Amino acid sequence: MTLDILPLADAALDISRWQFALTTIYHFLFVPLTIGLAYTLAIMQTFWLRSGDEQWLRLTRFFGKLFLINFAIGVATGLVQEFQFGMNWSEYSRFVGDVFGAPLAMEGLMAFFLESTFIGLWVFGWNRLKPGFHLATIWLVAIGTTLSAYFILAANAWMQDPVGYELVNGKAQMTNIFAVLFNETALLAFFHTMAAAAVTAGFFVLGVSAFHMRRGQDVQAFGRSARLAAAIVVPATVLVMLIGDDFMRNMVNRQPMKVAAAEALYDTETKAGLSLFAVAPLEANPGETTVNVKIPYLLSVLATNSFDGEVIGINQLQAQYEQKYGPGDYVPPVGVVYWGFRGMVYIGGLLMVIALWAGYLAWKGKITTNRTFQKVAIWSIPLPFLANTAGWIYTEVGRQPWVVQGLQRTADGVTTAVPVWQMGAALGTFIAIYGILIIVEFWLLKRYAQRLPDPVRDEAERSEPVPAMSY
Amino acid sequence: MIDFQLDLQTFWFLALAFFWVGYLVLEGFDFGVGMLLPFLGKDDTDRRVIINTIGPHWDGNEVWIITAGAGTFAAFPEWYATLFSAYFLPLLLIVVSLVVRAVAFEYRGKHHTARWRGNWDKAIFVTSLLPALLWGVALSGLLHGVPIDGDKQFTGNFFDLVQPYALVGGLVTLTLCLLCGAVFLGMKTEDDLRERARTISQRLAPIAAGVLLVFALWTAWGVMDEVIPNLLLLIAATGAGGAVVLTTGRQNEGWTFLVVALTIAFAVFGLFVQLYPNVMVSSTAEANNLTIYNSSSGDYTLTVMTIVALLMLPIVLFYQAVTYYVFRARVGRAQFEGLGQAVGEVAEKLHVAEPHPPQARVDPPTE
Repeated sequence: MTLDILPLADAALDISRWQFALTTIYHFLFVPLTIGLAYTLAIMQTFWLRSGDEQWLRLTRFFGKLFLINFAIGVATGLVQEFQFGMNWSEYSRFVGDVFGAPLAMEGLMAFFLESTFIGLWVFGWNRLKPGFHLATIWLVAIGTTLSAYFILAANAWMQDPVGYELVNGKAQMTNIFAVLFNETALLAFFHTMAAAAVTAGFFVLGVSAFHMRRGQDVQAFGRSARLAAAIVVPATVLVMLIGDDFMRNMVNRQPMKVAAAEALYDTETKAGLSLFAVAPLEANPGETTVNVKIPYLLSVLATNSFDGEVIGINQLQAQYEQKYGPGDYVPPVGVVYWGFRGMVYIGGLLMVIALWAGYLAWKGKITTNRTFQKVAIWSIPLPFLANTAGWIYTEVGRQPWVVQGLQRTADGVTTAVPVWQMGAALGTFIAIYGILIIVEFWLLKRYAQRLPDPVRDEAERSEPVPAMSY
Repeated sequence: MIDFQLDLQTFWFLALAFFWVGYLVLEGFDFGVGMLLPFLGKDDTDRRVIINTIGPHWDGNEVWIITAGAGTFAAFPEWYATLFSAYFLPLLLIVVSLVVRAVAFEYRGKHHTARWRGNWDKAIFVTSLLPALLWGVALSGLLHGVPIDGDKQFTGNFFDLVQPYALVGGLVTLTLCLLCGAVFLGMKTEDDLRERARTISQRLAPIAAGVLLVFALWTAWGVMDEVIPNLLLLIAATGAGGAVVLTTGRQNEGWTFLVVALTIAFAVFGLFVQLYPNVMVSSTAEANNLTIYNSSSGDYTLTVMTIVALLMLPIVLFYQAVTYYVFRARVGRAQFEGLGQAVGEVAEKLHVAEPHPPQARVDPPTE
């Protein structure tokens, strides 16, 4: 390899990594809200049909519009995800396609068709379908989003913790689909993500309802949605933590380097403390921390369920990996992993406190009147999005330098056949388009969230197939 | 002759051909409708009618390509990797188009100013046109061949992708989508709009037939020498020609649509049969061709995916058919009149909830 090719090869890798990071983070802003809101809508519409209470109908349609604004961009940006594996990561695709492609194709056949077809029926089927069938369509959309989450997380889990394969001619070949689909890592990631989706949508509904209750508008309807949201976020914020805790113990065995980096734990310790706050020189791998405030014993307890359990440090793991995989740097950028993990956990903790407050107020019947809480609830809307993003940064950066843990390095997965300028053009295009779209999306969501729900129509009007939510 | 045996690889090749047929027929008409939007929609109500004819369907239609892509990834990883990296720029244009298009449909109606809607209408036109053209360029490029080395790596540049033959292939999909969209609009709208759609389909049909004939002849003489696929392509061209005759009739839009759909099916299937057992021809050396055998996954994965596909496809086809049945009625202007600008803008200024549109009592549109 000559010297002048080298920087270009690096540029292709860097551009592709930035593109993947940006487009994936962007895509995942919309996904958890879609999943969580789909269920929330399904529940609201079920309440309406069972109780005949028109407020639930108004709420279904009100949050339905917000859901659709969000759904469109989530679906659209999901397409980019599938395409860029082949476009920017073709060597990765060649290596893993036999295993990784299967859950993706299952996602298309079982999930995308379901959600995309039934969303059309739900949007355009008001008053045209029998009420029970129409209700079923939104439940099917919700199930579709869940299946989609499951399959894509199973695919991602295989990158974190490859199972059910053998290497044939230097490529991964699947030997057991059930090992891939029922991988413990996949199941934990799935339940953790589903709980996070419920948190995201719950706080969204809570915040929007609080906005209107604070203005004294339509308090009857928004009191209902606020109480429903409280009933969602209380268990969801707790579950996301509990499952996350389980997930971490799984990771101690499957990806110990990620855990060590998340704790900035350089040397193996028994009776390891859980780091609360650490400072280190600003480098990918500073080698030590200058300040590290810890809660004694807690990391050992969390990671091993015992006070004097051993947690292996970055330096020891690096040495192990060098023996196993040959010379190289096996340490991810520690600061990013450390703060990604903390961002997720700290925001998650804060959300749990707010959720419990919401639950208490809802129980006492004060959620419609407590103005301080309502203000907090409005400002909590962005928090789950930040926590979700931080969690994914932690998960994906913590796996580096691997794209498939222990099997393929990220640097070996990038496409070699595409000129760097084309990759640069792609990254630039995505930044421009996504930049415009997020402004439009935010503006529309805000506008529609601040409007009042439509009044209920009289019977005669409701019997008409009006394209109320359509274009 | 084609050496054909129904092994797992061949099954998946056929399955992917089926996904492509499904995609280009279904999304084909909604691309066509998107491209015709500025020409057939005389005012905002017309344009809303036009968009609402495909409203319940376009999202489900688009999943066909997602599944084709993911199916290629699972069944033929090497094909997926080589194809997507070789066609980097066309695919970038396609994927950006599909992103903007999805958002455009959803956001167009969410605000009332003429400028807002006009901009999204332009976006829908461009983002329907580009993929309709570029998918044809890419598919015919598989057959025509692009430079690929012994490591299955694309070694050409952008101009290898836009050969004259491939451009004609692009025109084939473009004109077929346009025709399909025009016939679909004739089938789904009423009165003036329906008449305009019929007129434009009569003009489009001979153009589509002509382009397809050129492509079929070029394929027969210039690119490949198999008999059956060429026959399929010729049948397709005849079908497009037949649409001319049918569109001049009065009440038979349904049949015309069927003929155009079959035309697309024959054209796409003809291309795939021609390609078999290759999946991507190398213009560098025949030995470098990607075939269903040297680019496929292992038998285990193919078996698993075959079971999944055989279980799921009938279900998918069933519920997609249900949506077409549920929304079989024509879409008319009456549904939208009164929902227009004035109401929305007053509501906007007062910053209050949008009142209920003063709906005229309209009978539910029936066929």
